[in-house]
Amino acid sequence: MSKMHLDPQRTIERVNATLGRRYRKEQRFRRFGLGAVALGLLFVALMFLNIIGTGYSAFQQTRVLLDINYSEEMIDPEGTRDPAILSSANYAGVIKQALRDRFPGVTSRGDKRELYTLVSSGAALILRQQVMENPGLIGTRASVWVPADDDIDMLVKGHIDRAVPESERRVKDQMVAWVESLEVEGRVAKVFNTTFLTSGDSREPELAGIGGAVMGSLYTLIVTLLLSFPIGVATAVYLEEFAPRNRWTDLVEVNINNLAAVPSIVFGLLGLAVFINFFGLPRSAPLVGGMVLTLMTLPTIIIASRAALKAVPPSIREAALGVGASRMQTVFHHVLPLAMPGMLTGTIIGMAQALGESAPLLMIGMVAFIVDIPGGALDPSTVLPVQIFLWADSPERGFVEKTSAAIMVLLGFLILMNVLAVILRKRFERRW
Amino acid sequence: MSHTLLILILLGLMALAYQLGRRRSLKLVGGSRQVKALHSLPSYYGFYTAIWCGLPALLVLFLWVSLQSSVVRDLVVSGLPDSMQSLPPARLGLVINDIQNLAQGNIVSGEISPAMQAAADHYTRLRQTSQAASFVVVLCIALAGLALGWRFVSPVFRARNRVETVVRWLLVVCSTIAIFTTLGIVLSVLFESIRFFEMVPISQFLFGLEWSPQMAIREDQVGSSGAFGMIPLFAGTLLIALIAMLVAVPIGLMSAVYLAEYAGSHFRAWAKPLLEILAGIPTVVYGFFAALTVAPFIRDNGALLGLDVSSESALAAGLVMGIMIIPFISSLSDDVITAVPQSMRDASLGVGATRSETVRKVILPAALPGIVGGILLAVSRAIGETMIVVMAAGLSANLTANPLQSVTTVTVQIVTLLVGDQEFDSPKTLAAFALGLMLFLITLVLNVVALHVVRKYREAYE
Amino acid sequence: MLNVTPNSVGSVAPPAGVVGVGFSPTADDSRVISGTVGDIKAADPRMTARNVDVYYGDKQAIKDVSLDIGKNEVIAMIGPSGCGKSTFLRCLNRMNDTIDGCRVEGRIMLDDQDIYDRKMDVVPLRAQVGMVFQKPNPFPKSIYDNVAYGPRIHGLTDNKQELDEIVEQSLIKAGLWDEVKDRLDSSGTGLSGGQQQRLCIARTIAVAPEVILMDEPCSALDPIATARVEELIDELREQYTIAIVTHSMQQAARVSQRTAYFHLGELVEVGKTDDIFTNPSHRLTEDYITGRFG
Repeated sequence: MSKMHLDPQRTIERVNATLGRRYRKEQRFRRFGLGAVALGLLFVALMFLNIIGTGYSAFQQTRVLLDINYSEEMIDPEGTRDPAILSSANYAGVIKQALRDRFPGVTSRGDKRELYTLVSSGAALILRQQVMENPGLIGTRASVWVPADDDIDMLVKGHIDRAVPESERRVKDQMVAWVESLEVEGRVAKVFNTTFLTSGDSREPELAGIGGAVMGSLYTLIVTLLLSFPIGVATAVYLEEFAPRNRWTDLVEVNINNLAAVPSIVFGLLGLAVFINFFGLPRSAPLVGGMVLTLMTLPTIIIASRAALKAVPPSIREAALGVGASRMQTVFHHVLPLAMPGMLTGTIIGMAQALGESAPLLMIGMVAFIVDIPGGALDPSTVLPVQIFLWADSPERGFVEKTSAAIMVLLGFLILMNVLAVILRKRFERRW
Repeated sequence: MSHTLLILILLGLMALAYQLGRRRSLKLVGGSRQVKALHSLPSYYGFYTAIWCGLPALLVLFLWVSLQSSVVRDLVVSGLPDSMQSLPPARLGLVINDIQNLAQGNIVSGEISPAMQAAADHYTRLRQTSQAASFVVVLCIALAGLALGWRFVSPVFRARNRVETVVRWLLVVCSTIAIFTTLGIVLSVLFESIRFFEMVPISQFLFGLEWSPQMAIREDQVGSSGAFGMIPLFAGTLLIALIAMLVAVPIGLMSAVYLAEYAGSHFRAWAKPLLEILAGIPTVVYGFFAALTVAPFIRDNGALLGLDVSSESALAAGLVMGIMIIPFISSLSDDVITAVPQSMRDASLGVGATRSETVRKVILPAALPGIVGGILLAVSRAIGETMIVVMAAGLSANLTANPLQSVTTVTVQIVTLLVGDQEFDSPKTLAAFALGLMLFLITLVLNVVALHVVRKYREAYE
Repeated sequence: MLNVTPNSVGSVAPPAGVVGVGFSPTADDSRVISGTVGDIKAADPRMTARNVDVYYGDKQAIKDVSLDIGKNEVIAMIGPSGCGKSTFLRCLNRMNDTIDGCRVEGRIMLDDQDIYDRKMDVVPLRAQVGMVFQKPNPFPKSIYDNVAYGPRIHGLTDNKQELDEIVEQSLIKAGLWDEVKDRLDSSGTGLSGGQQQRLCIARTIAVAPEVILMDEPCSALDPIATARVEELIDELREQYTIAIVTHSMQQAARVSQRTAYFHLGELVEVGKTDDIFTNPSHRLTEDYITGRFG
């Protein structure tokens, strides 16, 4: 009887009996795996499509062509051409006059007030700039393209549905009619939105731009790079090439690995408590942001740099030491240059992380509403991801597409950095 | 930006010092043909002189800059009228803020009194004095260092060894920054937390079931201290992390299994990087996606099913956080799955197991410690994640297990308490640090355990 | 001791044309391989391979090999490293399927089935043709679970008592029972190298295969453990058909009845073990067994 169990014939029978069921299980498992991959890829696609779909229109801006009368009595009634007077003149009135001239039928006060909201409050600033640059315009007439108000912008771009009843729509029927009459005359056009790329933040969606945030990110990243690259490489060199194996270096290692996994917001708390409250460095400054991000990206750079140093074969070191170089010379003349591509790759990846980081910067006040474009590492500023966070919180419909567009710009920078890292790795990859 | 100028001048001086040291070494032995008579290469004498010139000066400058503002602040305070000096610390902080703003020509919150105007002038004067003094002192030290270094240069002087010792110490100092960062984190959150626990008993914080930090607008407002029980916050954090894990673990693990065990090298070569794009997307983008797309989608679909879904539901935040964590789980699992030796697969396939049986009964059990370690790291990440929950989760601390309701998390509260105008020393502000301490401790334990498990696993198969 | 069947004695007639080359010991071109010398046929063949070519990508690893593996015999495959003997062995239960870019041409039959037939399923095939690998590879599970792995996945029994019996019998047959019967729950990876390899053999036996393929089963073992495993192979011959790849000519001489000599992907010579080692027909075989290369 005992032999029965190890009978090949019996094995074949039992195997064949259950084979179908086992293969169905196999298929199911395989499909489940493929489904998981597909789901992951679907999420990637969904996010990109969603963001590009809502964001691409922000790169265009709706403008309205107005016949402006640069009348002397409104801009400079006394004819002095004094820049102080020119700069504080009532250009908004000039715009309103142009709108009234275009729609003479609008008479009631309420309707007029609505009429004035067709164009952005930024239009007056454009006129002011024109007149300041060229006072000769005063007393002449000209057709000028001025930015439309954000609601009109949304209407023209089709984000506000003209078919829904008036009560459910932000733009009144009357305004739609005005816009349509302007459209018929070819006085409405969508142009490339340079404002978005060059201006600072604004409460008006049509005037808001990422210029300030991009500069803030730039300064922050420069500070981060200047601090984290030398410190990270020096730490890696010390730990990999010089440090004795003892408890102290073990502690340093454990520390670095742990720091890599500490929540980023905790670094923000550190920055707030130490850099701002203790050392009294200015709030909202890229300098402090860069210092906080340095502490955050250091582990990434150190770990990558150590891997790069490890990849340099010991024979190189032995060759240099063999001809009488000191250890320091060996490292700086031979090992470091060979490990440099790997270290740079790690640094770029660290910088990409730093560029996308926002939580710790909220803690150190880089979340303020800042209109001016920062001019240095000590000026108050914000960064691109925080700008996205701020806009995402704004209720205006116009900011939704601005947020998505800012995300597109941010992702564009990140992709660029990662491509750079990949190229660097491919180009200088060396197998020993 | 006069300090930038100062640093540039210092760099110029160091370059000069390098040249002087180098020249002197050559001159002492009588020209470049006699280099052999020098102990070290001439450039090392140059470096040595430059180090003497630059290093002490830079250290002094660093100390000066870091202490300047607090010294100036103290001096300004001592110059204020007594009535203002005796204000409570929080009010005093506001006054000083105003003085600084006034001095810098910014908008000031309150009325400008003559005393404040005087203080602001005082402040500006002190800063200018300090600036000028730092210039003079730093440059003097640099020149003195240069002279000293220059005098050291002699043919028998072991310049290379000295320079290398200095460089070595610089490397050591850099490597301690990691320790100081950890120390800084611990001390900064610990001190503020201790001050918090002086105002709110620690037992109330740890076990309290209610969280409502009152928005005290004025210092003397009644009821400015609310309830500080962290249980609802941690419950909310865990609920969202749990949802995230329920999304990320199956998808991440299964895609790692598929990519490692089933996919052809071709499919793997493009699917893996594409999936890892998810890891490179900034969290603020996920937050935007959660708040503007996923949350309304879930709310509207819930409404169709007759469910009452909050527009800041834990489900939306957790779901999106899960998507964020997928690549994290999948790449860590991929690492450990491919680390399982091929001989295990051969053994299992050799007795006639199917691929899925091999994966489920041999590979996954063998890789389990590594996978668990990876999941722990992912949990720690989910707990510490900030932007997604700040943008998509709620603010009110509900103690609930219903994923369709709104909950709040530790990180959301830290951000809410610290962003915007702060009053120093109020329990509300300090509570953020106490929460930060808890967050740090929990993630630290998770990380240490996870890293330990993963390392043990690696050692087992190497 | 030699289990020579009348048939194999009778069919010594080698294919025409091969003989001439094989028996010209002086000619320089005697080292040219042009077909197999000796009788590729076994008395009672269990597996028959005919004109097998194996490619890894563009590289041909096996060239036109034909060989029988007879019932209840041990056939040893020897040859220098990289000669393709392991590759050929792995073809016999389609373990090569797991290698990317590996392609097998020709025909390999198990009894009456072509194992490379589209309809052939690797799962029952591998249940019938088990394999023991070069390095002992027990699962990181208990000894019991290691042996019970095959019977469990194949559903050979649903009864705990029967499973216990299968495990016990397999371990007895693998000669490991006495050493481990008191610690079946301890980990299989905790055993010594030789015990681990016998555990792997027990794991293979537990599914009751007809053929056992062994890929250098002793190369990672010390001499004492090797002797124990060789003894075991000899015992297993009674019930199973065994093909063994080995690096050691002594081992081939000790355990096998027939020996096949591979060189650069080709089967040079095959015959009764005693003949191969005492009187090799092909110059290459002779050079190899006399230790001139390899």
